[in-house]
Amino acid sequence: MLRIVNMSKNFASQTALADVALEVKDGEFFSLLGPSGCGKTTLLRIIGGFETPSTGEIYWNDLRIDQIRPQQRPFNMVFQRYALFPHFSVFENVAFGLKVKQVAPANLRRRVQEALNLVGLWALRDRLPETLSGGQAQRVAVARAIVNEPKILLLDEPLSALDLKMREHMQTELRELQRRLGITFILVTHDQDEAMALSDRIGVMNQGRLEQVSTPRDLYERPATHFVADFVGSMGSVHGECIDSEAMRLKNGSVIRGRGQLNLTKGCAAEAFVRPEKVHIGGNKSANEIYAKVRSVAYKGLHFELQLEVSPEQIIRAFVPPETMSGGVNVGDQIQAHFSPADTFLFERPT
Amino acid sequence: MKRKPPPAPTLISNELAWFGYPLLLWLMFFMAAPLFLVIALGFFSRGEYGGVEAQLTLENFHRLFDPVYFTIFVRSITLSLVTALICLALSYPMAWAMASASQKWRLYFTVGLAIPFMTNLIIRVYAIKLCVGMDGPLQSLLTWLHISFDPYQISQNQTLVFYGMITSYLPFMVFPIYAALEKFDFSLVEAAEDLGASQLKVLFSVILPNTRTAAVNSFTLVFVPCLGEFVIPDLLGGAKTMLAGNLITEQFLKARDWPFGAALSLGLMTVLLVLPYLLRRIFIPKAKAAA
Repeated sequence: MLRIVNMSKNFASQTALADVALEVKDGEFFSLLGPSGCGKTTLLRIIGGFETPSTGEIYWNDLRIDQIRPQQRPFNMVFQRYALFPHFSVFENVAFGLKVKQVAPANLRRRVQEALNLVGLWALRDRLPETLSGGQAQRVAVARAIVNEPKILLLDEPLSALDLKMREHMQTELRELQRRLGITFILVTHDQDEAMALSDRIGVMNQGRLEQVSTPRDLYERPATHFVADFVGSMGSVHGECIDSEAMRLKNGSVIRGRGQLNLTKGCAAEAFVRPEKVHIGGNKSANEIYAKVRSVAYKGLHFELQLEVSPEQIIRAFVPPETMSGGVNVGDQIQAHFSPADTFLFERPT
Repeated sequence: MKRKPPPAPTLISNELAWFGYPLLLWLMFFMAAPLFLVIALGFFSRGEYGGVEAQLTLENFHRLFDPVYFTIFVRSITLSLVTALICLALSYPMAWAMASASQKWRLYFTVGLAIPFMTNLIIRVYAIKLCVGMDGPLQSLLTWLHISFDPYQISQNQTLVFYGMITSYLPFMVFPIYAALEKFDFSLVEAAEDLGASQLKVLFSVILPNTRTAAVNSFTLVFVPCLGEFVIPDLLGGAKTMLAGNLITEQFLKARDWPFGAALSLGLMTVLLVLPYLLRRIFIPKAKAAA
């Protein structure tokens, strides 16, 4: 188990990480998700040993490791741009770590072959990195890391340089590889679909802080902070004034009830989030009702996507099944919509 | 209606080039003409009183292998190779320090290295000579410390020649290697460390192979002028160590044996062409050299 305690990191006057505490279980596929500059790569590099934390400790099974060099840590890293050695062949790249550890030649060859077979590239063992495609280079980088049998594999945006199709393919491969090897993967990504599809658990980061650590489903269905609600998946939101911990009032007087995770005191600025698929057309007295102007209607096959303008800067999106659109909704119409308080998340608005 | 094809774009630089061609031809002619003179001279004989006689002979080239002269050649080559190797060994840490310094310090380091470089070589060597010479700071310090020394030995010796050569030619090495390291992908270093490599292993199996073009080129840049050097050994070695450069100067100016001087020059030139070529062949594979 990897345990990070009270971690912070400052670069000059900038705070890259603040008060990070995290536990990653053995055999887990864990992702660090966040916008660029949120500190996720810094955190990964600290785990790998390429940065020293300003405060805090890292433990690997009760062994404190934040002071030891990357060479001595039982982890290996897949770098963002792969960092393959350009003067070595694919074989020599993968063999590098074993050679440094002075593994006997026969044993070395067998292990390199195993690793390259695992990523399906044994046939390309004599090629130089510059002759490989992005996907192949990425697989060599993975093979070069896992051949050392690390306890944790660290992956720094490994798929961001690939095109969409290759990315989806490599996602499946990574997930399968992790299941087969059973080692812990820690992945850094800014792509939430990737994080959702691959991870057992996700840590969402923002401005150097861990906002929420939970399963992809919990992240989607139970966002813990305003940032997570706003960042993960697509959400519409309306602003208002808090009434109590589970209700707020819009400017026009209508009351929105929802799940208030935070301590909302009377009179504070609040924001209510709702997912587009949970918004229904028409009135319903037992739900949250809103009046809005239809700003756009787009046919998306499975559903119509409506942009509902509650006020110029407050837009709620709704996915409406085609069969309920029989009456016809046109741009500019003033309509009523509703959503259940159980699907509504209330947060205090950050100023 | 058929459209006229647009006029083919002409290179503006062609007009510039027309200014360049005569200059290049001028330089080429005055490179080639003396070279042919020297080659021809090598086959002539020395006159009784120092002139040149048009009597063809191979004697001058034979004399190159006379142990007396051959030793001087070998000594010069060894000295130059050692100087270039020491420069190489010193340049990597220096260039590394520069490449990993802040913008401000990079500028300071660059200026600090470049300014002595802009000073005339002879003046610089004389400055060293003054420092170690009679009543210079070094000798005064040693006297003050009551350390006994031989003033002649200390102001003129082989170590000083090395020191002079290295300080004079070090910038030729540091700047190209610094330029290569600045472009170097440092994530390769991290990757190697991640895989367990020590700093030394990183240097020899990752950094050196990936900057070898700069290393070989700057090695040549130091080796070539070192081999022809005659000012530094003369001033700092006290004319005790005869090098190829001194030998040639002497043939032309003192012994007045121009044909042998020409043969010596051609021998030196051959070394200067062959050694760097071999270095390139050994250390830079074909595919990489083209890139």
